[in-house]
Amino acid sequence: MVPLSYYLVLSGILFACGVTGFLIKRNIITIFMSIELMLNGVNLSFVAFAAHWHAIGGELHGLVPLSGQIFVFFVMVVAAAEAAVGLAIIIAVYRTRETLNVDQVNLLKL
Amino acid sequence: MLRFGISEYRVLSTNFMLSVHLILFLAFGTVAVAGAINLLAQTHPINSALSLIAVMAALAGEYLLLGAEFVAAVQVIVYAGAIMVLFVFTIMLLNAGVEERTKGSRVAVLIGIPGMLLGSILVACVVLQHSGTEAVAVGALPGSPKTIGPLLFHEFLLPFEITSILILIAIMGAVVLASKPPTSPAGSLARKGN
Repeated sequence: MVPLSYYLVLSGILFACGVTGFLIKRNIITIFMSIELMLNGVNLSFVAFAAHWHAIGGELHGLVPLSGQIFVFFVMVVAAAEAAVGLAIIIAVYRTRETLNVDQVNLLKL
Repeated sequence: MLRFGISEYRVLSTNFMLSVHLILFLAFGTVAVAGAINLLAQTHPINSALSLIAVMAALAGEYLLLGAEFVAAVQVIVYAGAIMVLFVFTIMLLNAGVEERTKGSRVAVLIGIPGMLLGSILVACVVLQHSGTEAVAVGALPGSPKTIGPLLFHEFLLPFEITSILILIAIMGAVVLASKPPTSPAGSLARKGN
């Protein structure tokens, strides 16, 4: 089986790509997609840790080893809610400013 | 003699499993990392969205390798399906074009890059000094819907219900935010003044 560290390295690379995109991208939709990429990286480490925990047969505070997979569902729900609200905010911003460039969205009130 | 043969066969088959596992992990991982880098390299948001879908599909393959079947299915249906459709719809609705580049501030280049290099060197030193921990094998995980379902609806029932309230609030918030604002005379006057 593949060692846990491989999955964690892959998860870290994806998270780092997300952070880089969040910092260097100027399109607000692409920035949003970078956040989704970060959430995906975290999800991968959740599932990998759940598998590792199951492999070593651990149990802590009454939580079963599959809890990591349940947490992934909650992360997905939060990501879906965040995407819905965030894209609605993007549409509202575009309606008032007619731009998607975050450098031109620097005032709270028009 | 027979016993030796069986154990040898088992060792061989374990090695074979490891190699196939490793090959699949590397293939899916390569697709995921390439998609993530392509997301950064593309300037048009629709290309970034498509590479993000590739990343999510590859991650679903990784989840299958870890034994998490149900998570992989939900990853494809919810993430690569629903959420990315939302993104693509928004990109098309707003007619988003190629992003404009702006010059970054000089302070960020002069201080940020050396600072980041210094920080990463420090982190690398710390990690290399404590790299004595050995790798742990990951076993197959029972992640079928049959095992996930009772967990989700017994142990995690309260968080599950709370997330349903969260989704409800998000739906209402999205509808309120995205609906057209009422065109009041005062508002149009204020906008004209600007």
